[in-house]
Amino acid sequence: MRGAFFRALAEVAERDERVHLVVGDLGFGVVEPFAKRFPKRFVNAGVAEQNMTGLAAGMALSGKIVFTYSIANFPILRCLEQVRNDVCYHNANVKIVAVGGGFAYGSLGATHHATEDLAILRSLPRMVVVAPGDPVEAEEATRAVVAHEGPCYLRLGRAGEANVHGGQINFQLGRAIQVRDGNDYTLISTGGLLDTAMQAAEVLDLAGLRGRVLSMHTVKPLDEHAVLAAARQTNAVFTLEEHSVVGGLGGAVAELLAESAETAVVFKRFGLPSAFTSKVGTQEYLRSQHGLTREAIVAGVQSILEECRAATAIARD
Amino acid sequence: MSNANGNAEEVVSLARRIRVQAARMVHRAKSSHLGSGFSMADLLAVLYARILRVDARNPQWADRDRFVLSKGHACAPLYAVLAERGFFPKEWLEEFYLDGARLAGHATHVGVPGVEVSTGSLGHGLPIACGMALAGKRDGSGHRIFALLSDGECDEGSTWEAALFAGHHGLDNLVSIIDYNKIQSLGGVAEVLELEPFAAKWQAFGWSVREIDGHRVKEIEDTLKTVPFECGKPSCVIAHTVKGKGVSFMENQLLWHYRSPDAEEMAKALVELGEDA
Repeated sequence: MRGAFFRALAEVAERDERVHLVVGDLGFGVVEPFAKRFPKRFVNAGVAEQNMTGLAAGMALSGKIVFTYSIANFPILRCLEQVRNDVCYHNANVKIVAVGGGFAYGSLGATHHATEDLAILRSLPRMVVVAPGDPVEAEEATRAVVAHEGPCYLRLGRAGEANVHGGQINFQLGRAIQVRDGNDYTLISTGGLLDTAMQAAEVLDLAGLRGRVLSMHTVKPLDEHAVLAAARQTNAVFTLEEHSVVGGLGGAVAELLAESAETAVVFKRFGLPSAFTSKVGTQEYLRSQHGLTREAIVAGVQSILEECRAATAIARD
Repeated sequence: MSNANGNAEEVVSLARRIRVQAARMVHRAKSSHLGSGFSMADLLAVLYARILRVDARNPQWADRDRFVLSKGHACAPLYAVLAERGFFPKEWLEEFYLDGARLAGHATHVGVPGVEVSTGSLGHGLPIACGMALAGKRDGSGHRIFALLSDGECDEGSTWEAALFAGHHGLDNLVSIIDYNKIQSLGGVAEVLELEPFAAKWQAFGWSVREIDGHRVKEIEDTLKTVPFECGKPSCVIAHTVKGKGVSFMENQLLWHYRSPDAEEMAKALVELGEDA
Protein backbone atom coordinates (compact mmCIF):
# COMPACT_ATOMS: atom_id res chain seq x y z
CA MET A 1 0.00 0.00 0.00
CA ARG A 2 2.92 2.30 0.74
CA GLY A 3 4.19 2.08 -2.82
CA ALA A 4 0.71 2.66 -4.21
CA PHE A 5 0.33 5.72 -2.01
CA PHE A 6 3.59 7.29 -3.16
CA ARG A 7 2.81 6.54 -6.82
CA ALA A 8 -0.55 8.28 -6.55
CA LEU A 9 0.90 11.14 -4.48
CA ALA A 10 3.52 11.89 -7.14
CA GLU A 11 0.82 11.82 -9.78
CA VAL A 12 -1.50 14.25 -7.98
CA ALA A 13 1.42 16.48 -7.02
CA GLU A 14 2.38 16.66 -10.68
CA ARG A 15 -0.97 18.16 -11.65
CA ASP A 16 -1.79 20.09 -8.44
CA GLU A 17 0.95 22.35 -7.16
CA ARG A 18 -0.85 22.88 -3.85
CA VAL A 19 0.11 19.33 -2.79
CA HIS A 20 2.89 19.27 -0.16
CA LEU A 21 4.43 16.45 1.86
CA VAL A 22 5.65 16.89 5.43
CA VAL A 23 7.28 13.88 7.03
CA GLY A 24 8.23 13.18 10.60
CA ASP A 25 11.74 11.94 9.81
CA LEU A 26 10.43 8.59 8.58
CA GLY A 27 10.07 6.95 5.19
CA PHE A 28 13.63 5.93 4.40
CA GLY A 29 13.85 4.71 0.83
CA VAL A 30 10.34 5.85 -0.14
CA VAL A 31 10.11 9.61 0.38
CA GLU A 32 13.27 10.47 -1.54
CA PRO A 33 11.76 10.38 -5.05
CA PHE A 34 9.05 12.86 -4.01
CA ALA A 35 11.63 15.05 -2.25
CA LYS A 36 13.84 15.09 -5.33
CA ARG A 37 11.05 15.72 -7.77
CA PHE A 38 9.26 18.38 -5.70
CA PRO A 39 11.95 19.86 -3.43
CA LYS A 40 9.94 23.02 -2.73
CA ARG A 41 6.94 20.97 -1.71
CA PHE A 42 8.66 18.59 0.65
CA VAL A 43 9.84 19.15 4.19
CA ASN A 44 11.15 16.86 6.88
CA ALA A 45 9.83 18.26 10.14
CA GLY A 46 12.15 16.07 12.18
CA VAL A 47 11.14 13.89 15.10
CA ALA A 48 8.56 16.42 16.25
CA GLU A 49 5.01 15.38 15.45
CA GLN A 50 3.29 18.18 17.33
CA ASN A 51 5.13 20.78 15.30
CA MET A 52 4.68 18.71 12.13
CA THR A 53 0.92 18.79 12.58
CA GLY A 54 0.61 22.45 13.59
CA LEU A 55 2.96 23.32 10.74
CA ALA A 56 0.77 21.39 8.30
CA ALA A 57 -2.29 23.25 9.56
CA GLY A 58 -0.55 26.60 9.11
CA MET A 59 0.49 25.66 5.59
CA ALA A 60 -3.02 24.46 4.79
CA LEU A 61 -4.48 27.72 6.11
CA SER A 62 -2.18 29.39 3.57
CA GLY A 63 -3.79 27.49 0.70
CA LYS A 64 -1.78 24.26 0.55
CA ILE A 65 -2.95 20.66 0.53
CA VAL A 66 -0.62 19.12 3.08
CA PHE A 67 0.11 15.45 3.67
CA THR A 68 1.74 14.57 6.97
CA TYR A 69 3.45 11.20 6.96
CA SER A 70 4.78 8.93 9.64
CA ILE A 71 4.23 5.44 10.99
CA ALA A 72 1.74 3.80 13.31
CA ASN A 73 0.51 6.14 16.06
CA PHE A 74 3.12 8.85 15.68
CA PRO A 75 1.27 11.26 13.34
CA ILE A 76 -2.03 10.94 15.20
CA LEU A 77 -1.74 10.11 18.88
CA ARG A 78 1.48 11.92 19.74
CA CYS A 79 -0.09 15.09 18.38
CA LEU A 80 -3.77 14.33 18.91
CA GLU A 81 -4.64 17.78 20.20
CA GLN A 82 -2.97 19.41 17.18
CA VAL A 83 -5.04 17.08 15.01
CA ARG A 84 -8.21 18.06 16.85
CA ASN A 85 -7.71 21.80 17.30
CA ASP A 86 -5.33 22.91 14.56
CA VAL A 87 -6.50 20.59 11.80
CA CYS A 88 -10.12 19.61 12.47
CA TYR A 89 -11.42 22.74 14.16
CA HIS A 90 -9.90 24.93 11.44
CA ASN A 91 -11.10 22.52 8.76
CA ALA A 92 -7.52 22.64 7.50
CA ASN A 93 -6.81 20.76 4.30
CA VAL A 94 -4.45 18.29 5.95
CA LYS A 95 -4.22 14.61 5.05
CA ILE A 96 -2.62 12.50 7.76
CA VAL A 97 -0.99 9.34 6.47
CA ALA A 98 0.05 6.57 8.83
CA VAL A 99 1.83 3.52 7.51
CA GLY A 100 1.57 0.44 9.68
CA GLY A 101 -2.12 0.07 10.56
CA GLY A 102 -2.87 -2.73 13.01
CA PHE A 103 -0.02 -5.19 13.48
CA ALA A 104 1.90 -4.24 10.33
CA TYR A 105 4.88 -3.48 12.55
CA GLY A 106 4.06 -6.50 14.71
CA SER A 107 7.53 -7.50 15.80
CA LEU A 108 8.41 -3.95 16.79
CA GLY A 109 6.24 -4.20 19.88
CA ALA A 110 3.12 -2.63 21.34
CA THR A 111 4.33 0.96 20.89
CA HIS A 112 4.16 0.34 17.15
CA HIS A 113 0.76 -1.37 17.06
CA ALA A 114 -1.87 1.00 15.67
CA THR A 115 -4.92 -0.67 17.14
CA GLU A 116 -7.09 2.17 18.46
CA ASP A 117 -6.53 4.74 15.72
CA LEU A 118 -9.78 4.27 13.84
CA ALA A 119 -11.84 4.74 17.00
CA ILE A 120 -9.96 7.82 18.12
CA LEU A 121 -9.86 9.53 14.73
CA ARG A 122 -13.47 8.61 14.02
CA SER A 123 -14.58 10.60 17.03
CA LEU A 124 -13.07 13.84 15.74
CA PRO A 125 -15.48 16.22 14.01
CA ARG A 126 -14.83 16.72 10.27
CA MET A 127 -12.25 13.93 10.11
CA VAL A 128 -12.68 11.51 7.22
CA VAL A 129 -11.22 8.12 8.16
CA VAL A 130 -9.99 5.86 5.39
CA ALA A 131 -8.37 2.42 5.65
CA PRO A 132 -7.89 1.01 2.15
CA GLY A 133 -8.22 -2.74 1.68
CA ASP A 134 -5.44 -3.26 -0.84
CA PRO A 135 -2.94 -1.31 -2.95
CA VAL A 136 -5.57 -0.60 -5.62
CA GLU A 137 -7.78 1.05 -3.03
CA ALA A 138 -4.80 2.84 -1.47
CA GLU A 139 -3.98 4.48 -4.78
CA GLU A 140 -7.58 5.55 -5.35
CA ALA A 141 -7.90 6.71 -1.75
CA THR A 142 -4.90 9.00 -2.18
CA ARG A 143 -6.57 10.72 -5.11
CA ALA A 144 -9.87 10.86 -3.27
CA VAL A 145 -8.50 12.55 -0.15
CA VAL A 146 -6.86 15.21 -2.29
CA ALA A 147 -10.18 15.86 -4.01
CA HIS A 148 -11.92 16.12 -0.64
CA GLU A 149 -11.54 19.52 1.00
CA GLY A 150 -10.83 19.11 4.69
CA PRO A 151 -9.11 16.80 7.17
CA CYS A 152 -8.57 13.15 6.25
CA TYR A 153 -6.81 10.23 7.88
CA LEU A 154 -5.36 7.61 5.61
CA ARG A 155 -4.43 4.41 7.39
CA LEU A 156 -2.20 2.30 5.24
CA GLY A 157 -0.93 -1.21 5.81
CA ARG A 158 2.66 -1.78 4.92
CA ALA A 159 4.53 -2.58 1.74
CA GLY A 160 3.98 -5.55 -0.50
CA GLU A 161 0.36 -6.59 0.05
CA ALA A 162 -1.36 -8.44 -2.78
CA ASN A 163 -4.06 -6.76 -4.82
CA VAL A 164 -7.53 -8.00 -4.03
CA HIS A 165 -9.22 -6.06 -6.79
CA GLY A 166 -8.48 -7.44 -10.21
CA GLY A 167 -9.03 -4.30 -12.20
CA GLN A 168 -10.58 -0.86 -12.10
CA ILE A 169 -12.73 -0.03 -9.10
CA ASN A 170 -15.29 2.65 -8.47
CA PHE A 171 -13.79 4.28 -5.40
CA GLN A 172 -15.70 7.01 -3.61
CA LEU A 173 -15.15 8.19 -0.06
CA GLY A 174 -18.02 6.98 2.09
CA ARG A 175 -19.13 4.31 -0.37
CA ALA A 176 -18.42 0.66 0.38
CA ILE A 177 -17.23 -1.53 -2.46
CA GLN A 178 -19.08 -4.81 -2.79
CA VAL A 179 -16.34 -7.27 -3.66
CA ARG A 180 -18.47 -10.39 -3.54
CA ASP A 181 -22.21 -10.98 -3.60
CA GLY A 182 -24.31 -13.34 -1.55
CA ASN A 183 -27.36 -13.38 0.68
CA ASP A 184 -26.55 -15.75 3.54
CA TYR A 185 -24.43 -13.30 5.52
CA THR A 186 -22.29 -10.17 5.01
CA LEU A 187 -18.67 -9.75 5.96
CA ILE A 188 -17.68 -6.07 6.18
CA SER A 189 -13.95 -5.53 6.20
CA THR A 190 -11.80 -2.46 6.60
CA GLY A 191 -8.08 -2.12 5.96
CA GLY A 192 -5.65 -4.85 5.04
CA LEU A 193 -7.82 -7.77 6.14
CA LEU A 194 -9.83 -7.57 2.93
CA ASP A 195 -7.79 -10.38 1.42
CA THR A 196 -8.49 -12.54 4.48
CA ALA A 197 -12.20 -11.71 4.26
CA MET A 198 -12.31 -12.83 0.62
CA GLN A 199 -10.53 -16.06 1.41
CA ALA A 200 -12.90 -16.81 4.28
CA ALA A 201 -15.89 -16.16 2.05
CA GLU A 202 -14.55 -18.61 -0.52
CA VAL A 203 -14.19 -21.35 2.08
CA LEU A 204 -17.68 -20.67 3.43
CA ASP A 205 -18.96 -20.81 -0.11
CA LEU A 206 -17.77 -24.42 -0.33
CA ALA A 207 -19.78 -25.12 2.80
CA GLY A 208 -22.88 -23.74 1.11
CA LEU A 209 -22.88 -20.33 2.74
CA ARG A 210 -22.92 -17.62 0.12
CA GLY A 211 -21.61 -14.42 1.63
CA ARG A 212 -21.44 -10.82 0.63
CA VAL A 213 -18.14 -9.06 1.19
CA LEU A 214 -18.02 -5.29 1.52
CA SER A 215 -14.78 -3.38 1.57
CA MET A 216 -15.58 -0.54 3.95
CA HIS A 217 -12.51 1.48 3.09
CA THR A 218 -14.08 4.59 4.59
CA VAL A 219 -14.89 4.08 8.25
CA LYS A 220 -16.15 7.65 8.53
CA PRO A 221 -18.45 8.70 7.02
CA LEU A 222 -19.79 5.16 7.16
CA ASP A 223 -21.76 3.88 4.17
CA GLU A 224 -24.96 3.46 6.15
CA HIS A 225 -26.96 2.52 3.12
CA ALA A 226 -24.71 -0.44 2.32
CA VAL A 227 -24.74 -1.65 5.95
CA LEU A 228 -28.50 -1.43 6.31
CA ALA A 229 -29.09 -3.08 2.94
CA ALA A 230 -26.75 -5.91 4.00
CA ALA A 231 -28.62 -6.32 7.29
CA ARG A 232 -31.98 -6.40 5.52
CA GLN A 233 -30.95 -8.68 2.68
CA THR A 234 -28.60 -11.10 4.42
CA ASN A 235 -29.80 -10.99 8.07
CA ALA A 236 -26.28 -11.52 9.40
CA VAL A 237 -23.52 -8.92 9.56
CA PHE A 238 -19.92 -9.54 10.61
CA THR A 239 -17.28 -6.83 10.81
CA LEU A 240 -13.59 -7.48 10.39
CA GLU A 241 -10.77 -5.14 11.34
CA GLU A 242 -7.18 -5.28 12.56
CA HIS A 243 -8.14 -2.91 15.34
CA SER A 244 -9.74 -2.99 18.75
CA VAL A 245 -13.39 -4.02 18.71
CA VAL A 246 -14.00 -0.81 20.67
CA GLY A 247 -15.07 2.07 18.53
CA GLY A 248 -13.67 1.18 15.11
CA LEU A 249 -15.54 -0.32 12.19
CA GLY A 250 -17.35 -2.80 14.44
CA GLY A 251 -18.34 -0.03 16.80
CA ALA A 252 -19.58 2.17 13.98
CA VAL A 253 -21.66 -0.61 12.44
CA ALA A 254 -23.03 -1.62 15.86
CA GLU A 255 -24.10 1.96 16.57
CA LEU A 256 -25.89 2.13 13.26
CA LEU A 257 -27.62 -1.23 13.56
CA ALA A 258 -28.69 -0.66 17.17
CA GLU A 259 -30.53 2.51 16.18
CA SER A 260 -31.99 1.06 13.01
CA ALA A 261 -35.07 -1.01 12.34
CA GLU A 262 -32.84 -4.02 11.67
CA THR A 263 -32.68 -5.11 15.29
CA ALA A 264 -33.17 -8.79 14.48
CA VAL A 265 -29.93 -8.97 12.52
CA VAL A 266 -27.25 -11.37 13.67
CA PHE A 267 -24.13 -9.34 14.41
CA LYS A 268 -20.57 -9.97 15.50
CA ARG A 269 -17.34 -8.01 15.48
CA PHE A 270 -14.12 -9.76 14.53
CA GLY A 271 -11.25 -7.66 15.83
CA LEU A 272 -8.85 -7.30 18.70
CA PRO A 273 -9.77 -7.22 22.35
CA SER A 274 -9.16 -3.91 24.10
CA ALA A 275 -5.81 -5.07 25.39
CA PHE A 276 -2.11 -4.69 24.75
CA THR A 277 -0.39 -7.73 23.41
CA SER A 278 3.00 -8.65 24.72
CA LYS A 279 3.33 -11.44 22.19
CA VAL A 280 6.15 -10.95 19.76
CA GLY A 281 5.89 -11.76 16.11
CA THR A 282 5.08 -10.81 12.57
CA GLN A 283 1.77 -9.39 11.45
CA GLU A 284 0.67 -12.85 10.33
CA TYR A 285 1.64 -14.38 13.65
CA LEU A 286 -0.12 -11.73 15.71
CA ARG A 287 -3.21 -11.99 13.53
CA SER A 288 -3.25 -15.73 14.12
CA GLN A 289 -2.97 -15.16 17.86
CA HIS A 290 -6.05 -12.94 17.80
CA GLY A 291 -8.44 -14.89 15.61
CA LEU A 292 -7.88 -12.77 12.54
CA THR A 293 -7.23 -15.62 10.12
CA ARG A 294 -9.27 -17.20 7.38
CA GLU A 295 -9.85 -20.30 9.51
CA ALA A 296 -10.92 -18.44 12.62
CA ILE A 297 -13.34 -16.26 10.67
CA VAL A 298 -14.81 -19.25 8.86
CA ALA A 299 -15.30 -21.06 12.15
CA GLY A 300 -16.78 -17.99 13.81
CA VAL A 301 -19.26 -17.27 11.02
CA GLN A 302 -20.28 -20.93 10.76
CA SER A 303 -20.89 -21.41 14.46
CA ILE A 304 -22.91 -18.23 14.82
CA LEU A 305 -25.06 -18.98 11.79
CA GLU A 306 -25.61 -22.54 13.03
CA GLU A 307 -26.62 -21.29 16.48
CA CYS A 308 -29.12 -18.98 14.84
CA ARG A 309 -30.56 -21.75 12.72
CA ALA A 310 -30.94 -23.93 15.81
CA ALA A 311 -32.58 -21.12 17.73
CA THR A 312 -34.97 -20.45 14.85
CA ALA A 313 -35.83 -24.15 14.65
CA ILE A 314 -36.59 -24.30 18.39
CA ALA A 315 -38.73 -21.20 18.12
CA ARG A 316 -40.65 -22.82 15.26
CA ASP A 317 -41.28 -25.97 17.31
CA MET B 1 -4.52 49.12 6.03
CA SER B 2 -4.20 49.87 9.68
CA ASN B 3 -0.54 50.79 9.85
CA ALA B 4 -1.27 54.43 9.14
CA ASN B 5 1.14 56.99 10.47
CA GLY B 6 0.35 58.69 13.70
CA ASN B 7 1.97 59.85 16.88
CA ALA B 8 2.77 57.88 20.00
CA GLU B 9 -0.21 59.32 21.86
CA GLU B 10 -2.52 57.55 19.46
CA VAL B 11 -0.96 54.23 20.31
CA VAL B 12 -1.05 54.97 24.03
CA SER B 13 -4.69 55.95 23.70
CA LEU B 14 -5.46 52.74 21.81
CA ALA B 15 -3.73 50.69 24.52
CA ARG B 16 -5.78 52.48 27.15
CA ARG B 17 -9.02 51.76 25.31
CA ILE B 18 -8.02 48.10 24.90
CA ARG B 19 -7.53 47.83 28.67
CA VAL B 20 -10.82 49.59 29.43
CA GLN B 21 -12.75 47.40 27.00
CA ALA B 22 -11.07 44.23 28.26
CA ALA B 23 -11.81 45.14 31.88
CA ARG B 24 -15.45 45.80 31.05
CA MET B 25 -15.70 42.52 29.12
CA VAL B 26 -14.15 40.42 31.85
CA HIS B 27 -16.17 42.16 34.57
CA ARG B 28 -19.47 41.75 32.71
CA ALA B 29 -18.72 38.13 31.90
CA LYS B 30 -17.27 37.32 35.34
CA SER B 31 -14.46 35.71 33.38
CA SER B 32 -10.72 35.76 34.01
CA HIS B 33 -7.22 36.33 32.58
CA LEU B 34 -7.36 40.11 32.85
CA GLY B 35 -3.80 40.29 34.21
CA SER B 36 -2.56 38.30 31.21
CA GLY B 37 -4.42 40.64 28.90
CA PHE B 38 -3.14 43.83 30.49
CA SER B 39 0.48 42.68 30.21
CA MET B 40 0.19 42.48 26.44
CA ALA B 41 -2.14 45.43 25.77
CA ASP B 42 0.68 47.78 24.73
CA LEU B 43 2.15 45.14 22.41
CA LEU B 44 -1.25 44.69 20.76
CA ALA B 45 -1.77 48.43 20.40
CA VAL B 46 1.57 48.89 18.62
CA LEU B 47 1.03 45.85 16.42
CA TYR B 48 -2.42 46.91 15.24
CA ALA B 49 -1.71 50.63 15.01
CA ARG B 50 1.75 50.55 13.47
CA ILE B 51 3.07 47.20 12.43
CA LEU B 52 0.57 44.74 11.00
CA ARG B 53 -0.36 45.11 7.36
CA VAL B 54 -3.96 44.08 7.70
CA ASP B 55 -7.19 45.43 6.29
CA ALA B 56 -10.34 45.45 8.39
CA ARG B 57 -12.45 45.78 5.24
CA ASN B 58 -10.78 42.75 3.71
CA PRO B 59 -9.74 40.49 6.59
CA GLN B 60 -8.91 37.58 4.25
CA TRP B 61 -6.65 39.67 2.00
CA ALA B 62 -4.12 37.12 0.74
CA ASP B 63 -1.01 39.24 1.31
CA ARG B 64 -1.91 40.37 4.82
CA ASP B 65 0.44 39.90 7.72
CA ARG B 66 -0.75 37.08 9.97
CA PHE B 67 -1.14 37.62 13.68
CA VAL B 68 -1.42 34.47 15.79
CA LEU B 69 -2.37 34.97 19.42
CA SER B 70 -0.95 31.79 20.88
CA LYS B 71 -1.90 32.74 24.44
CA GLY B 72 -5.56 32.38 23.53
CA HIS B 73 -6.78 32.82 27.11
CA ALA B 74 -5.91 36.50 26.90
CA CYS B 75 -8.38 37.02 24.09
CA ALA B 76 -10.40 39.91 25.51
CA PRO B 77 -7.80 42.53 24.49
CA LEU B 78 -7.48 40.91 21.06
CA TYR B 79 -11.22 41.19 20.47
CA ALA B 80 -11.08 44.74 21.82
CA VAL B 81 -8.32 45.86 19.45
CA LEU B 82 -10.02 44.19 16.49
CA ALA B 83 -13.24 46.03 17.31
CA GLU B 84 -11.32 49.28 17.77
CA ARG B 85 -9.73 48.80 14.34
CA GLY B 86 -13.10 48.11 12.73
CA PHE B 87 -12.95 44.38 12.07
CA PHE B 88 -16.35 43.98 13.71
CA PRO B 89 -18.80 46.17 15.67
CA LYS B 90 -17.85 47.14 19.21
CA GLU B 91 -21.28 45.92 20.34
CA TRP B 92 -19.98 42.39 19.96
CA LEU B 93 -17.66 43.02 22.89
CA GLU B 94 -20.61 43.57 25.18
CA GLU B 95 -21.74 39.97 24.90
CA PHE B 96 -18.25 38.42 25.18
CA TYR B 97 -18.31 35.05 26.94
CA LEU B 98 -22.06 35.18 27.59
CA ASP B 99 -24.65 32.69 26.40
CA GLY B 100 -25.15 32.96 22.65
CA ALA B 101 -22.23 35.38 22.18
CA ARG B 102 -20.06 35.55 19.06
CA LEU B 103 -16.90 35.90 21.12
CA ALA B 104 -15.76 32.91 23.16
CA GLY B 105 -13.52 32.93 26.21
CA HIS B 106 -10.49 31.83 24.21
CA ALA B 107 -9.44 33.24 20.84
CA THR B 108 -11.85 31.80 18.28
CA HIS B 109 -11.71 32.29 14.55
CA VAL B 110 -15.17 31.03 13.65
CA GLY B 111 -17.32 33.97 12.64
CA VAL B 112 -14.87 36.52 14.05
CA PRO B 113 -13.13 38.58 11.36
CA GLY B 114 -9.48 39.23 12.09
CA VAL B 115 -8.85 36.22 14.30
CA GLU B 116 -6.52 34.03 12.24
CA VAL B 117 -6.56 30.92 14.37
CA SER B 118 -8.32 29.55 17.38
CA THR B 119 -6.11 28.95 20.36
CA GLY B 120 -6.57 28.23 24.01
CA SER B 121 -4.59 25.09 24.56
CA LEU B 122 -1.08 26.43 24.97
CA GLY B 123 1.83 25.70 22.68
CA HIS B 124 -0.20 25.53 19.46
CA GLY B 125 0.46 28.99 18.06
CA LEU B 126 4.12 28.85 17.11
CA PRO B 127 3.88 25.60 15.07
CA ILE B 128 0.94 27.01 13.09
CA ALA B 129 2.82 30.28 12.60
CA CYS B 130 5.80 28.26 11.33
CA GLY B 131 3.55 26.62 8.73
CA MET B 132 2.27 30.00 7.59
CA ALA B 133 5.83 31.31 7.42
CA LEU B 134 7.10 28.30 5.48
CA ALA B 135 4.20 28.58 3.03
CA GLY B 136 4.89 32.30 2.64
CA LYS B 137 8.57 31.65 1.97
CA ARG B 138 7.89 28.98 -0.61
CA ASP B 139 5.34 31.18 -2.34
CA GLY B 140 7.75 34.11 -2.32
CA SER B 141 5.14 36.22 -0.51
CA GLY B 142 6.17 39.35 1.32
CA HIS B 143 3.87 39.04 4.30
CA ARG B 144 5.12 38.44 7.82
CA ILE B 145 3.83 36.18 10.58
CA PHE B 146 3.69 37.48 14.15
CA ALA B 147 3.00 35.06 16.98
CA LEU B 148 2.39 36.37 20.49
CA LEU B 149 3.25 33.81 23.16
CA SER B 150 2.95 33.71 26.91
CA ASP B 151 5.95 32.84 29.04
CA GLY B 152 4.03 29.94 30.56
CA GLU B 153 3.56 28.27 27.21
CA CYS B 154 7.31 28.17 26.78
CA ASP B 155 7.00 25.16 29.11
CA GLU B 156 5.36 23.33 26.20
CA GLY B 157 7.58 21.04 24.15
CA SER B 158 5.66 21.95 21.01
CA THR B 159 6.82 25.57 21.36
CA TRP B 160 10.43 24.41 21.29
CA GLU B 161 9.81 21.96 18.45
CA ALA B 162 8.61 24.93 16.43
CA ALA B 163 11.46 27.14 17.62
CA LEU B 164 13.96 24.52 16.44
CA PHE B 165 12.19 24.22 13.10
CA ALA B 166 12.01 27.97 12.45
CA GLY B 167 15.67 28.44 13.28
CA HIS B 168 16.77 25.53 11.14
CA HIS B 169 14.74 26.72 8.17
CA GLY B 170 15.74 30.36 8.58
CA LEU B 171 12.17 31.63 8.62
CA ASP B 172 12.99 35.33 8.73
CA ASN B 173 9.37 36.21 7.93
CA LEU B 174 8.42 34.90 11.37
CA VAL B 175 8.41 36.93 14.57
CA SER B 176 7.67 35.49 17.99
CA ILE B 177 6.86 37.97 20.71
CA ILE B 178 6.96 36.67 24.25
CA ASP B 179 4.81 38.43 26.79
CA TYR B 180 7.28 37.80 29.60
CA ASN B 181 5.23 38.90 32.60
CA LYS B 182 6.95 36.27 34.74
CA ILE B 183 3.79 34.90 36.33
CA GLN B 184 2.10 31.75 35.12
CA SER B 185 -0.93 29.84 36.26
CA LEU B 186 0.15 28.60 39.68
CA GLY B 187 3.08 30.82 40.48
CA GLY B 188 6.05 32.76 39.28
CA VAL B 189 7.81 31.44 36.20
CA ALA B 190 11.03 31.25 38.20
CA GLU B 191 9.34 29.02 40.78
CA VAL B 192 7.35 26.79 38.42
CA LEU B 193 9.82 26.13 35.62
CA GLU B 194 12.62 28.62 35.24
CA LEU B 195 13.04 29.84 31.68
CA GLU B 196 16.29 31.73 32.22
CA PRO B 197 18.60 32.13 30.49
CA PHE B 198 15.67 32.83 28.21
CA ALA B 199 17.19 34.95 25.46
CA ALA B 200 20.11 32.56 25.23
CA LYS B 201 17.71 29.67 24.66
CA TRP B 202 16.10 31.35 21.65
CA GLN B 203 19.50 32.35 20.34
CA ALA B 204 20.71 28.78 20.70
CA PHE B 205 17.70 27.67 18.64
CA GLY B 206 18.79 29.95 15.81
CA TRP B 207 16.71 33.05 16.47
CA SER B 208 17.78 36.66 16.47
CA VAL B 209 16.63 38.05 19.80
CA ARG B 210 15.84 41.50 21.19
CA GLU B 211 14.79 42.18 24.76
CA ILE B 212 12.56 45.18 25.28
CA ASP B 213 10.30 46.86 27.79
CA GLY B 214 6.91 45.63 26.65
CA HIS B 215 5.10 48.70 27.89
CA ARG B 216 7.11 51.45 26.18
CA VAL B 217 5.27 51.89 22.92
CA LYS B 218 8.09 53.76 21.17
CA GLU B 219 10.55 50.98 22.02
CA ILE B 220 8.09 48.30 20.90
CA GLU B 221 7.46 50.10 17.63
CA ASP B 222 11.10 50.80 16.91
CA THR B 223 11.93 47.16 17.55
CA LEU B 224 9.12 45.62 15.51
CA LYS B 225 9.77 47.98 12.62
CA THR B 226 13.22 46.49 12.16
CA VAL B 227 12.21 42.84 11.70
CA PRO B 228 13.81 40.68 10.56
CA PHE B 229 16.60 41.57 12.94
CA GLU B 230 18.91 39.41 10.86
CA CYS B 231 18.42 38.17 7.37
CA GLY B 232 17.88 34.41 7.32
CA LYS B 233 16.86 34.13 10.96
CA PRO B 234 13.48 34.23 12.69
CA SER B 235 13.10 37.14 15.09
CA CYS B 236 12.25 36.80 18.75
CA VAL B 237 11.16 39.73 20.89
CA ILE B 238 11.28 39.05 24.59
CA ALA B 239 9.00 41.73 25.95
CA HIS B 240 9.52 42.27 29.67
CA THR B 241 6.07 43.08 30.96
CA VAL B 242 4.11 43.39 34.15
CA LYS B 243 1.12 41.17 34.73
CA GLY B 244 -1.94 43.35 35.28
CA LYS B 245 -0.11 46.43 33.97
CA GLY B 246 -2.15 49.62 34.18
CA VAL B 247 -4.12 48.99 37.36
CA SER B 248 -1.98 49.27 40.50
CA PHE B 249 -3.69 46.62 42.58
CA MET B 250 -3.54 44.07 39.75
CA GLU B 251 0.10 44.56 38.91
CA ASN B 252 2.38 41.58 39.53
CA GLN B 253 -0.42 39.72 41.29
CA LEU B 254 -1.00 36.06 40.47
CA LEU B 255 -4.58 36.50 41.70
CA TRP B 256 -5.38 38.55 38.62
CA HIS B 257 -4.65 35.66 36.35
CA TYR B 258 -8.04 34.43 37.55
CA ARG B 259 -9.99 37.07 39.41
CA SER B 260 -12.81 38.96 37.79
CA PRO B 261 -13.15 42.49 39.14
CA ASP B 262 -16.24 43.12 41.25
CA ALA B 263 -18.12 46.42 41.00
CA GLU B 264 -15.91 48.22 43.50
CA GLU B 265 -12.67 46.97 41.96
CA MET B 266 -14.02 47.80 38.55
CA ALA B 267 -14.73 51.41 39.55
CA LYS B 268 -11.21 51.78 40.94
CA ALA B 269 -9.67 50.16 37.89
CA LEU B 270 -11.54 52.47 35.52
CA VAL B 271 -10.34 55.54 37.41
CA GLU B 272 -6.75 54.32 37.16
CA LEU B 273 -7.28 53.73 33.47
CA GLY B 274 -8.47 57.30 33.09
CA GLU B 275 -12.08 56.36 32.54
CA ASP B 276 -14.31 58.00 35.14
CA ALA B 277 -17.58 56.33 34.33
